Amino acid sequence: MSAAPAAEPVRLHVNGVEHDVVCDPDTPLLYALRNDLGLVGAKFGCGLGLCGACNVLVDGHPTHSCDTPVWAVAGKRITTVEGLGQDGRPHRLQETFVEAQALQCGYCTSGMIVTAAALLEREPEVDEAGVRRALDGNLCRCGAHNRIVRAVLCARPCAGRATGTT
Amino acid sequence: MRPALRRTSDGDDVTAPGNPSLGNNPRLDRWVSMCADGRVLVRSGKVELGQGVLTVLAQIAADELEVDPARVVMVPALTDASPDESYTAGSLSVQHSGGALRQVCARVRTLFLDAVAARWDVPADDLRIDDGTICAPDGRRSSYWELSGEVALDQDAAGAGARPAGVRRSVGRSLPRLDVPDKVAGRRRFLHDLRPPGLLFGRVVRPPSRGARLLTVDDARARAVPGVVAVVRDGSFLGVLAEREESALRGLEALRAGCTWDQPGTLPDELDLAAFLVGAPAQTVVLHEDGPDGDGPDGDEPPAADVRTIRARFTRPFLAHASIAPSAGIAQWDDGRLRVWTHSQGVYNLRTEIVRSLGLPPEDVVVQHVEGAGCYGHNAADDAAYDAVLLARTVPGRPVQVVWTRADELSWGPLGPAMVVEVEADVDASGQVRRWRHDVWSNGHSARPGGPSASPPLAAMHVADPAAPVPSTDPPLKNGGGSGRNAVPGYAFPRQRVRSHVLTTMPLRTSALRALGAHLNVYAIESVVDELALACGADPVEYRLGLLTDPRAREVLVAAAERAGWSSPLEDPAGTRGRGVGVARYKNTGAYCAVVAEVEAESSVRVARLTIATDVGLVVNPDGVVNQIEGGALQAVSWTTKERVRFDTHQVTSQDWEQYPILTFSEVPPVDVVLLDRPDQPSLGAGETSIGPTAAAIGNALRAAIGVRVGSLPLSAENVVAAMDASS
Ligand code: FES
Ligand code: FES
Repeated sequence: MSAAPAAEPVRLHVNGVEHDVVCDPDTPLLYALRNDLGLVGAKFGCGLGLCGACNVLVDGHPTHSCDTPVWAVAGKRITTVEGLGQDGRPHRLQETFVEAQALQCGYCTSGMIVTAAALLEREPEVDEAGVRRALDGNLCRCGAHNRIVRAVLCARPCAGRATGTT
Repeated sequence: MRPALRRTSDGDDVTAPGNPSLGNNPRLDRWVSMCADGRVLVRSGKVELGQGVLTVLAQIAADELEVDPARVVMVPALTDASPDESYTAGSLSVQHSGGALRQVCARVRTLFLDAVAARWDVPADDLRIDDGTICAPDGRRSSYWELSGEVALDQDAAGAGARPAGVRRSVGRSLPRLDVPDKVAGRRRFLHDLRPPGLLFGRVVRPPSRGARLLTVDDARARAVPGVVAVVRDGSFLGVLAEREESALRGLEALRAGCTWDQPGTLPDELDLAAFLVGAPAQTVVLHEDGPDGDGPDGDEPPAADVRTIRARFTRPFLAHASIAPSAGIAQWDDGRLRVWTHSQGVYNLRTEIVRSLGLPPEDVVVQHVEGAGCYGHNAADDAAYDAVLLARTVPGRPVQVVWTRADELSWGPLGPAMVVEVEADVDASGQVRRWRHDVWSNGHSARPGGPSASPPLAAMHVADPAAPVPSTDPPLKNGGGSGRNAVPGYAFPRQRVRSHVLTTMPLRTSALRALGAHLNVYAIESVVDELALACGADPVEYRLGLLTDPRAREVLVAAAERAGWSSPLEDPAGTRGRGVGVARYKNTGAYCAVVAEVEAESSVRVARLTIATDVGLVVNPDGVVNQIEGGALQAVSWTTKERVRFDTHQVTSQDWEQYPILTFSEVPPVDVVLLDRPDQPSLGAGETSIGPTAAAIGNALRAAIGVRVGSLPLSAENVVAAMDASS
């Protein structure tokens, strides 16, 4: 019925590993991650850059992978929620999200964590209003917002590690 | 513990002593299996919708079996394996599935104890269970796992002599949710994430408008998209299949561009929705009548000279579920047999619908639940599954995943019905209500698959031999009602009459959205009660306490008021703030909830703070309940202050997050929840209980802030200004 997709591999640098992905260079990064690399943490929510469910870090900046073509990120440093932790240990945010039970359905969660990770990197002492501002582009329909804010505040280096489940 | 919405026509009276879940699935091995490796498999017919129900059920089972909850594996609902518990709906999961599991596990535990007692010739009462290990006083030990092959569970739970464990180790604790670790790590957990071998990506071109019929399609460009495998057309149902997801999306757009449609306009005027609802053909039902309702000369009590009548109208627009993920489904046909993976609220019900629509024997269809994003009622999950079924039928042997577009999710999914409520209260000079009337106009709140009045799956209405649309209906009030949910006031008013007018025509498909009619009914009742309090100069909390006889309702109201500092004046330097209260017992039979809201009304209505007290009976997982109450309240803030489905004469036009905005982080108020634990009372669902009282408290707070009652939801600048203009 139709020819196979163009066989020009695109080199993607994801979570510290180089991958050659064979796909149309216009393919949204989201699909390359989810379907070619098996990294399903980033989610499809709207495909329009309006919800943040698909957020990943590109050179440290939160980016909508749903409307970013792979050609635009070739050679850049891409980090997904799966790659946030280090040496087999989860990222501090992944711990505080569990401690604060900061989700209901969890579909928005990886986008939240990725966006918050960039925020804490940039502004480790951020206050509550700053967290809310930074997450305004990430939608949550379940109403887990206040728990998410709490989890992000607890993940600040200044917060120490003494938190518990609510 | 938001076991979402409700059972429909086969729903149960929640106060009935018999447990329908157990009654329909009496055999122990339907619910529980012991594994030799030390795990306990627990099957429930209820599904995880993001409400944490599986964790709660695991806690209940663990306590009754006296095992560590970590041993419990909750098996996702699967037809012919799991108990058939109909829908996960109506905030009934803890009552129904939890209640059944409690009995089943007590019986299982007793069977194992009796088996060990017989073997060792010791009284069963002398045996003790420690995390599944059965210990005799003399030190002998056995376990569920050791005996798993010997104690037969192929018998009914009804057998006499189940001794409840009577110890609560897990119940009452905030056990962390079982699904959370996977979700924070980004592991494959959602239906959207499944990639079975050989998967094809399917997408459906929905008609451009409600009444549209596909005339011609030129699919050459779609077929030319690299990776596209097939174009499927059946009447006005049109889809594309591709090896890669991005190819499916490109194919979808190419296909859409090649279509011509016949498009009559079928939708009413959105700007005069109330007139449409009140004027459309409808079936009127008297839901509740209490005391003589005459207003002379035929009535028995003509209005006294000092009685005046307060009349108020309240409206809400259509609301979208607006889940963060669009609906999805996977289907695979093999030799005429069909397997479906779905995030539906009821795997058996969806199977019934598939079997009915396609004329298949039920035994050839297997439906399995896989988690989706948050589910707040009857959304498009079943429709998406059916889309996958139709597309997969053309490629036997290959699984097909359909994911809806954001635009289709917001415009083609079933909507929460638009509603009009009119309240009329006769009040005497002392401020006493002498008569109370409540009328509600709405499309039906139920169209769930599988039921007698089920709406066909969306695609079944678009194929060449289409199923006729069925207007949605309301479940009877004794099952919680639909339009009339919470329309009967919880106050001791004499001479009440409550009627519903359910439309028999349905221009936009409606079905159950969290709390159903309770959102607007509670808003309306609590608004009028507030006006009555104001009219006689009474404090709104004191006034309500004077009318509430149910002690549990009084207690949540007092608890919320105290926690919110109701008795001290609100700080309001700029004169823009107001504080209001709302209280209701969900469905008049469920959980109790009172809310105090503070709002700030400047260029828009901003909710500044919510204080909530709730009584859900025995609390199984306190943090889970708080999470559900917060989530319900914030969704109610969003609906009440912002949301409105927009449409023109042809189609829903609010198709993305800019046209259908929902509450964002900066708009979310702090929410403080007080849980009143009632260890001696049955557990009640928490997921929907905060919706009505939150909406009502916001409306009353706005009234306090601006001195004007706004009856039209949402409380947008436009509606607030219109109400102010009307009152001046
Ligand atoms: S899916 Fe990318 S922003 Fe919504
Ligand atoms: S937890 Fe469900 S959308 Fe955020």
